[in-house]
Amino acid sequence: MESCNCIEPQWPADELLMKYQYISDFFIALAYFSIPLELIYFVKKSAVFPYRWVLVQFGAFIVLCGATHLINLWTFNMHSRTVAVVMTTAKVLTALVSCVTALMLVHIIPDLLSVKTRELFLKNKAAELDREMGLIRTQEETGRHVRMLTHEIRSTLDRHTILKTTLVELGRTLALEECALWMPTRTGLELQLSYTLRHQNPVGFTVPTQLPVINQVFNTNRAVKISPNSPVARLRPIAAKYMPGEVVAVRVPLLHLSNFQIYDWPELSTKRYALMVLMLPSDSARKWHVHELELVEVVADQVAVALSHAAILEESMRARDLLIEQNVALDLARREAETAVRARNDFLAVMNHEMGTPMHAIIAVSSLLQETELTPEQRLMVETILKSSNLLATLINDVLDLSRLEDGSLQLDIGTFNLHALFKEVLNLIKPIASVKKLLITLSLASDLPEYAVGDEKRLMQTLLNVVGNAVKFSKDGSISLSAFVAKSESLRDPRVPDFFPVPSDNHFYLRVQVKDSGSGINPQDIPKLFTKFAQGQSLATKNSDGSGLGLAICKRFVNLMEGHIWIESEGLGKGSTAIFVVKLGIPERSNELKLSFVPKGPANHGQTNFLGLKVLVMDDNGVSRSVTKGLLVHLGCDVMTVSSGDECLRAITQEHQVVFMDICMPGVDGYEIAVRIHEMFSKRHERPLIVALTGNTDRVTKEHCLRVGMDGVILKPVSVDKMRIVLSELLEHRVLFEA
Amino acid sequence: MDGIVELQRQLVEYTTSLYDEGFLDDQFIQLQQLQDESNPDFVVEVVSLFFEDSQRLLNELANSLEQQSLDFRRVDAHVHQLKGSSSSIGAQRVQGACIMFRNYCEVQNVEGCLKCLQHVKNEYSLVKSKLETLFKLEQQVLAAGGTIPMP
Repeated sequence: MESCNCIEPQWPADELLMKYQYISDFFIALAYFSIPLELIYFVKKSAVFPYRWVLVQFGAFIVLCGATHLINLWTFNMHSRTVAVVMTTAKVLTALVSCVTALMLVHIIPDLLSVKTRELFLKNKAAELDREMGLIRTQEETGRHVRMLTHEIRSTLDRHTILKTTLVELGRTLALEECALWMPTRTGLELQLSYTLRHQNPVGFTVPTQLPVINQVFNTNRAVKISPNSPVARLRPIAAKYMPGEVVAVRVPLLHLSNFQIYDWPELSTKRYALMVLMLPSDSARKWHVHELELVEVVADQVAVALSHAAILEESMRARDLLIEQNVALDLARREAETAVRARNDFLAVMNHEMGTPMHAIIAVSSLLQETELTPEQRLMVETILKSSNLLATLINDVLDLSRLEDGSLQLDIGTFNLHALFKEVLNLIKPIASVKKLLITLSLASDLPEYAVGDEKRLMQTLLNVVGNAVKFSKDGSISLSAFVAKSESLRDPRVPDFFPVPSDNHFYLRVQVKDSGSGINPQDIPKLFTKFAQGQSLATKNSDGSGLGLAICKRFVNLMEGHIWIESEGLGKGSTAIFVVKLGIPERSNELKLSFVPKGPANHGQTNFLGLKVLVMDDNGVSRSVTKGLLVHLGCDVMTVSSGDECLRAITQEHQVVFMDICMPGVDGYEIAVRIHEMFSKRHERPLIVALTGNTDRVTKEHCLRVGMDGVILKPVSVDKMRIVLSELLEHRVLFEA
Repeated sequence: MDGIVELQRQLVEYTTSLYDEGFLDDQFIQLQQLQDESNPDFVVEVVSLFFEDSQRLLNELANSLEQQSLDFRRVDAHVHQLKGSSSSIGAQRVQGACIMFRNYCEVQNVEGCLKCLQHVKNEYSLVKSKLETLFKLEQQVLAAGGTIPMP
């Protein structure tokens, strides 16, 4: 409607139109003002919306439009210039804002479109992740199944349970129709159907191992899909109507032990496998998935391990049972043997006694008879009786000795004896017989042979007599030489006896005795038999021999008891022989004689731990260490007197004191001088007390000085109870002590 | 009964601490081993002797070191005595201090000697109080009717 300044009456017909326009403009304005309000509300609510600026622009645009329309309301009638100006301004602004908005939209629309694209992309991604999640879940489930299966399988050590559980669990987890296990037979050439899931009693089908399908499965450690028609998969008669499900087979390595009957030990090199066959339900569309195959492979491995564990356990249980049995048997045998030995000993003892008594009676009476008046023939007869009965008596004794030696009940009577005298006595005993046979006997004792030795005198003499006696017996003429010397370690080892290792030590020595004769000699082949009892070589069974064959056996036993060795060398018949034995003897104590003279001085000094009543003098100027030393010695049972100076010591010392402990670090007192004075006081060695120096340092100089002045020992202070005990026992035993 | 156990525990702890801190060494254990029914107070007697002896020696030493003309040999002799006594009862730290003292005597270092004397005195009083406490604890245990646990 044009606005003009002239006053013209409005068309009355247009009043209606104007009214409508008026109302419409009003409502438009209303709407235009309310829409921004809604937009503001919306923007406030959605903080995420990225294009607020656009909305504000829209808002502005709408508001201005609304304003325009509102101002229009005043232009229907006469209006002033102000209104017109306002109207124009409003319109101009509106135009501005709308143009800007339009320009803005051009930029925005592509963005808005791309938002949609992004949304689509994200949806796809979400779908993909969902799929992956599904896969992972499946894998995790498989893992869980494997763990559960493994747990079931490994929770038992019984083979049958293991296998049955495997099949059952696998069947359950994978929802299988049938599950079967084929084990190799003992020969390994065939596979025998051993376990199935559904069949209750497998009828022992066998298939040869060399089938191509089986080889294919055995050659790989993966699960292999095989045809349902292969012999291993055909477990029931095929009805034509169903479509068999997919079949998978996997090998189960049998580590170490091959089959259920473990009575032989197969070589480890031949790897034997069992075959596990798994069938999916028939008439279903299921196929074997990768994760299911993996599951099967893992289970097969676990089964192998579990089986081998079970087998090993079974084996060890069997071995243990066997051992127990053997132990029981051995025990029984041992007890029987003991009973037998005891019975024999009793028998022997009784027999010895029983046989000995009449024997002795015969000998005694025959000797008596010898003394009476007899004719020469009678005398001869009596002599024969006497000789025979003596022999018989010796035989009886020998047998008893030997039996006691054999079961180890014989013990040596150890004592100190005169070695030289022993040899001389043997010589004296043998000389008469030898001179009768016109044999020359010589004895040579080595110069380093100790005069006294510690050992079983009686039995050593017995051995010696036996050996020399044999030499005499088997020599018709010639000479016999008896020599004894101390054996050095090289000569101790006899190459023929590699297990004889003599070990020389400080208080033992090895006595070597050689008896060489020029008699009939011995065949080298017979030498080993010499020492076995009752065995006599052919050559020995001459009319000269009247030995029982026991003598050397007994000698050997004695020599062995003395930790020695005996053997005979001979070059052959007629060339003589040499009997050699080596025995271990002890060296008696050096101070034996001194000990003997020691006895009247003090009681009880042969016991190392008993120093009761030992009279001791302690010289120390330090009150504290004096009382400590005194306390020590009193604790050990000694009778202690203490002095604190050299003069007091010299005044107090008497013959009765056996040991003097003196502190040589005393200032102003020369301990060494005191020692010298003590030596002067007691000229005889066995009257003088032993002098021991107590000092805080034991260097060479001090020790040498002590030695020079004649002290018997040096001890480092402080002394412990144990050390004092050892010191006293060493002192009293050896009369000397110098500790390192 | 619990009281005795507690006292014994205290005693053992105290004794162990003495060994751990080096106040006493194995020689003291040896002394304890020498104590028996025939000699029930051996340790206390010896230790009392040590206290008397050491007190006397320390006084002597203090006197000697105050002299104008120091006789190091005399000082050394006294220290030697003290060393001997302390090693006899196992007073390890006193012994150690004495050894150091003797070194200074050898080189005739007066300052060193004075310092060492102080050190020895300190160690001595320490070990004296420790031992007195130990004996008191032992008395407590015995008075309560218990026995002294052996190391």
